[in-house]
Amino acid sequence: MATDILMPALSPTMEEGKLAKWLKKEGDPVKSGDVLAEIETDKATMEVEAIDEGVLAKILVAEGSEGVKVNTPIAIITAEGEDVSAASAPKPAANTPAQGAPTPTMQAEGQADAPAATAKSGDDAQRAPAAPATITNKAPAPVMAEFPEGTEMVTMTVREALRDAMAEEMRGDDSVFVMGEEVAEYQGAYKITQGLLQEFGARRVVDTPITEHGFAGIGVGAAFTGLRPIVEFMTFNFAMQAIDHIINSAAKTLYMSGGQLGCPIVFRGPNGAAARVGAQHSHDYSAWYSNVPGLKVIAPYTASDAKGLLKAAIRDPNPIIFLENEILYGQSFPVPKLDDFVLPIGKARIHRPGTDVTIVSFSIGMTYALKAAQALAEQGIEAEVIDLRTLRPMDTETVVESVKKTGRCVTVEEGFPQSGIGAEIVARLMVDAFDYLDAPVLRVTGKDVPMPYAANLEKLALPNVAEVIEAVKAVCYR
Amino acid sequence: MDSATEAGQPKSDPTPSEAGSHAPAPNTPQFTRDEDLHAYHEMLLIRRFEEKAGQLYGMGLIGGFCHLYIGQEAVVIGMQMASIDGDQVITGYRDHGHMLACGMDPKGVMAELTGRRGGYSRGKGGSMHMFSREKQFFGGHGIVGAQVSLGTGLAFADAYRKNGQVSLTYMGDGAANQGQVYESFNMAQLWKLPVVYVIENNRYAMGTSVARASAQTDFSKRGISFGIPGEQVDGMDVRTVREAAARAIEHARSGEGPYILEMQTYRYRGHSMSDPAKYRTKDEVSKMRDEHDPIEMVRKRLIEAHGVPEADLKATDAKVRETVNDAAEFATHDPEPDPAELWTDILLEARA
Repeated sequence: MATDILMPALSPTMEEGKLAKWLKKEGDPVKSGDVLAEIETDKATMEVEAIDEGVLAKILVAEGSEGVKVNTPIAIITAEGEDVSAASAPKPAANTPAQGAPTPTMQAEGQADAPAATAKSGDDAQRAPAAPATITNKAPAPVMAEFPEGTEMVTMTVREALRDAMAEEMRGDDSVFVMGEEVAEYQGAYKITQGLLQEFGARRVVDTPITEHGFAGIGVGAAFTGLRPIVEFMTFNFAMQAIDHIINSAAKTLYMSGGQLGCPIVFRGPNGAAARVGAQHSHDYSAWYSNVPGLKVIAPYTASDAKGLLKAAIRDPNPIIFLENEILYGQSFPVPKLDDFVLPIGKARIHRPGTDVTIVSFSIGMTYALKAAQALAEQGIEAEVIDLRTLRPMDTETVVESVKKTGRCVTVEEGFPQSGIGAEIVARLMVDAFDYLDAPVLRVTGKDVPMPYAANLEKLALPNVAEVIEAVKAVCYR
Repeated sequence: MDSATEAGQPKSDPTPSEAGSHAPAPNTPQFTRDEDLHAYHEMLLIRRFEEKAGQLYGMGLIGGFCHLYIGQEAVVIGMQMASIDGDQVITGYRDHGHMLACGMDPKGVMAELTGRRGGYSRGKGGSMHMFSREKQFFGGHGIVGAQVSLGTGLAFADAYRKNGQVSLTYMGDGAANQGQVYESFNMAQLWKLPVVYVIENNRYAMGTSVARASAQTDFSKRGISFGIPGEQVDGMDVRTVREAAARAIEHARSGEGPYILEMQTYRYRGHSMSDPAKYRTKDEVSKMRDEHDPIEMVRKRLIEAHGVPEADLKATDAKVRETVNDAAEFATHDPEPDPAELWTDILLEARA
């Protein structure tokens, strides 16, 4: 019986990859464990192994093909003597990927990333409204001119944008260095620091032991002397070990020293849920850090904002929490091609103009918000979608101005409901836009539970597009 | 330290290396007359300053927590006598002595204790949170053990800049049990950072004696698994402190990496002003004061060995008292911070 070999995922968040090389050719006999092909993403490479005996009857995706979606059939293996033509049967249904899925042989990422034992299920792929296939990551609405009109735009991933931001700042200022687990020789657990060691050397790209509390303190101490450390946490979940230094040492010392001792440091890394990594690797700390005076908290969505805001963060004389999102790392956006593209911290952006309702979100929450806005437009509701971009200081003015226009507001975030970013926005609107509201502000958030592992439960725990649409309709009385 | 029994402690509660190190050993390093005079003045300033702080606390002029350094003066003064300009100092919450030893103005320190605008932190830090970038004093940290990672970070910056400076990172015997201390030891040795860890073992972490809190009571051995050399030092004798400090600082400055000094010392006063003093006997305290006082030892030496007239020392005493009284006068008459100060120093303006 013929078996389709599907494009495997090397991590739960991988959407597509490049088929780099075929190591077998059509007609070759294969046995279980034989390496058939090599695939690549921007993060890593892996080998595709055969799991059945037979003959590599047909190669469906040529070597060198880019952008091959996970779960796409890439080859057909037939049993000995079986006719290849019999194999060109209809593709297996997308939700039965386990059949014929090859076994990845390489654990590509760090602690936070469970190696993908099987290819991603169709269910998983739908779980994240982040799936870039359905969102055209267009340039945001030109509400604010953040770069000159006519600037050439290049498409790059959030991952590349973050790397470029660090590299550019490191080129310009010897006091900037990056430290963290696996940032140097491994090239970054999520490949954000790819190539930095090669360009800047071990003095400025410092691999640390697994010792968050200690290296966060060392980073803060170095910053007290005027160096500008970028401290990468493999995930912000691990920064819990270091949170004393972030809050007590970094955020408070300027005040406690009467303005003498600033702390120019950036703490960055992925925050919030990735996919299927369970409660201890999925916490969203946006609200926690946004609660603390003495910190600035940035949580970008687009690659352009990631680049412009990370550059600003590195130059800022204050401690910055820079919350990234693993699912967004691989997404591509247009980024202005400028020698020095720096964005202001503390400014929200109207990502999509609209008249009927304001949806406020940030980071990966924007993916739900934008998909909902698109669907709502088809139903005659024009939503204005605001990307906060910076959580502290929070740009209340942009939100209030929008709500004055629309009279309705829904907030969207993956974090927990109680004392969340949405709760803060609700409170501010009560004070600053009460008379303009035509309906109570509603919050769409992660559910009030630790993040479960099971795919169906995880999907339930996270917000989704339908919830955003439902909330918008509720505030519009539709 | 003297033996535990001598010091009035039960046998079951020994302090490390207590084999009578106060009896002047034949090889005790000697100070010149000027060195002893300098040490005497510096230690006396701390002693009188702390006594005054205790008085002001009792009068309600100093609030919150106030941890006095009385009894431990030889440690920080001996260390400073072996360091050079540019070397950084960082410590925990018992920090008044370190600030004075770094050359910070007693007026500014005292005014911070009273929460006035002329304080080093403009009244916004208090006893445990004072800094002076000018004097390379990096705090003053209220979270026990936090200064160890931070001090290692100062050394990281020194190594990064190759500036030849050394970070003097102080902690108490209590802080020495914090996990981040060992994370820091590991990285300091791994990267050969120029840091001297000074463990001020004053025998009690708040009210818990060393033996009740520490599986390894010889703190000089705490770096063994990282290969960091360490030694126990008689922290009541400013001469032995300076000698060990010179060795440790040279080790760090020459690129050999960190060094641990366990300073065996004693705090006469309670942990803080509200200490019930139930965990040790009065005899133990008075024995230390009477027989091993770091200042009295120098005073005696100045008179007996260096032939300094008592009148000269009295003049020094008077001068120190005047300095401290001036500081107290300033700290009690300086106005409180302007209410607008509530909202300043939270963030710095970004550079253009």
